[in-house]
Amino acid sequence: MTAALNTAAQPGVEPAADAMAGLAIEARGMSKTFGKVQAVRDLDLDVPRGRIYGFLGPNGSGKSTTIRMLCGLLTPTAGDISVLGYRIPEQAEALRRRVGYMTQKFSLYEDLTALENLQFMANIHSLRRSARHRRIEAVGERYHLEGFLRQRAGTLSGGQKQRLALAAATLHEPDLLFLDEPTSAVDPENRRAFWETLFDLVAEGTTILVSTHYMDEAERCHALAILDQGRLVAQGSPLELTGAIDARVAVVESSQPRRVRKALEGHAFVLSSAQIGHTLRVLVHKDSEDPERLIRDAIAAAGLPADSCALSRPNLEDVFVASTRTRTPS
Amino acid sequence: MMSLQRILAVIRKELIQLRRDRLTFGMIIGIPAAQLLLFGYAINMDPRNLDAAVADLSSTTASRALVMDLAHSQVVNLRYQAGSAAELEELLRSGKISVGLFIPDDFERRLLQPERAAAQLLIDGSDTVVQGAAAKLAQPARTSPYTDAPPRLELRTFYNPERRSPVNTVPGLIGIILTMTMVLFTAVAIVRERERGNLELLIATPVQTLELMLAKIVPYVAIGLVQVTLVLVLGVLLFQVPIRGSLLDVYLLTLVFIIANLALGLAISTIASNQFQAMQLTFFILLPSILLSGFMFPFAGMPKAAQWIAEILPMTHFMRLIRGVVLRGANLSELTGELAVLGVFILVAMTLAVRRFTKRLD
Repeated sequence: MTAALNTAAQPGVEPAADAMAGLAIEARGMSKTFGKVQAVRDLDLDVPRGRIYGFLGPNGSGKSTTIRMLCGLLTPTAGDISVLGYRIPEQAEALRRRVGYMTQKFSLYEDLTALENLQFMANIHSLRRSARHRRIEAVGERYHLEGFLRQRAGTLSGGQKQRLALAAATLHEPDLLFLDEPTSAVDPENRRAFWETLFDLVAEGTTILVSTHYMDEAERCHALAILDQGRLVAQGSPLELTGAIDARVAVVESSQPRRVRKALEGHAFVLSSAQIGHTLRVLVHKDSEDPERLIRDAIAAAGLPADSCALSRPNLEDVFVASTRTRTPS
Repeated sequence: MMSLQRILAVIRKELIQLRRDRLTFGMIIGIPAAQLLLFGYAINMDPRNLDAAVADLSSTTASRALVMDLAHSQVVNLRYQAGSAAELEELLRSGKISVGLFIPDDFERRLLQPERAAAQLLIDGSDTVVQGAAAKLAQPARTSPYTDAPPRLELRTFYNPERRSPVNTVPGLIGIILTMTMVLFTAVAIVRERERGNLELLIATPVQTLELMLAKIVPYVAIGLVQVTLVLVLGVLLFQVPIRGSLLDVYLLTLVFIIANLALGLAISTIASNQFQAMQLTFFILLPSILLSGFMFPFAGMPKAAQWIAEILPMTHFMRLIRGVVLRGANLSELTGELAVLGVFILVAMTLAVRRFTKRLD
């Protein structure tokens, strides 16, 4: 386990910390090639038990492929993978009893009612009669499904479908839950509620692996892996990642932010810049001395106004931009 | 370990989906009923009411008697009177008639010379069935209607009621209907789940391949038996098809045939990557089943290569079984060879389906 993953030292960790008896997922050199396309390249992963572990990355960065390999749906081209102690892909069948998987696209039966879908999944997971009733009632209550249990799944709203899918994935009380972009079709309010339920599950000892391309969701994970073009570019808790960022962040206020942005982009010490309202958020090379001065000078040299320029605390988006950017030239 | 609970869960799910898919549910009854009525009434190997024309240049009592005989044969339907042989040919070429009768002006004199043809029958040879039927019509015209038995009688013997088509068609039709519906139902069964995204979730669960395959077959076995019953009842009521063998034998052999078709459908479903492909593959099976199995054309008359292909099709063996039991009153124990072939077919198709289906996406 790398030091960056030692989340026990992190402030704000829930009491489930003592349940962290090791790693839920351990992967070394995991790769997947589709024809000539390398979807995942040489990935090393360490996912601790009882945590929410996030995969952050743009579309096509290999998030879904990685999740599918970890739950045994795709055969890795190379790599040693152990999930909950099972060797993958060889022991994938035994693993299936202990994991829940929520696909990116809604994949329950749209022509069955919510309740029929839950009953089907309960039977597929061999829940006994009494357990079936108890669990369906429990998830119905937890995910607020009571209002639409007898409605066909195809007629549900995005948020309802997502809650139903999560309920179905957790019916058999899996130790490990894979969620592939679970909130892509859900409004912000439902997303908040959804994340609350994820923390409830973690408190009960479930390990959750969730992929997302939302920064605010990534911020809520205990630990993160940032993926870009199939590579792992950074791994750690959000705090560690922002602390270890390979760049410095400056916020520039100007009456002409767009022209300032253009002027800055030609300079070698500027890694990237993004306009946010009237301000510019500028990522500067880590080794540059006195970045504020460099920026002010560059703006002045272009004959443009700058009302203020100050260093700022990096956020996860900065980490994301900085770490995915370093890959691009190679 | 196979789990009955999981199998029942999938069966139950299939039945709910089937019940809610109104169109498919309707087709379970609709296809057999429509096919039976269509084929039963329309497929008639004994042509009747062929459009015909007469050019009677002789216009004598004898020639009119010949025309009347022709009209009464029910094989032709006299629609036109032509003035010349050329006019007859024109009608034939334009497709207005299939048969033309030309009676020359020296008809009566020719009748007295048995070695000469008294009249000429013009036949549209582009349809082999018409050709065959009309060629038989020509025979009375060559014999003398006065000296021998009346032509009318001779004609009628060709198309006696014992050669009614539905009797031959209906038992085979059971096979065609079952091939069509059973193969198609299961051919789309797994492809549809894949297309709708359900399969990715399903294969991430502990459900086993064989459980899934069995559960996909069982509901349709019941549906197939319902269809057989429907066709048999309609066949007996509407077309007076005699069931000479034992009804239990009929159901037993049909059950084996249904399972063979479902297994074939499953195998298709694991090969096709979308529903359209699955349907195309189904028709790839269906067409030779109709044409080569002996349903439409006599098996013995086909070239060797076609016979070999036909031997691979479950339909060919079903034809022999069902005609044997229903029409000839044979015992199933006399037909064990054909049953064994179907059994082997089931084994091969199921093995193929189970082996081709992987619980993986790649």
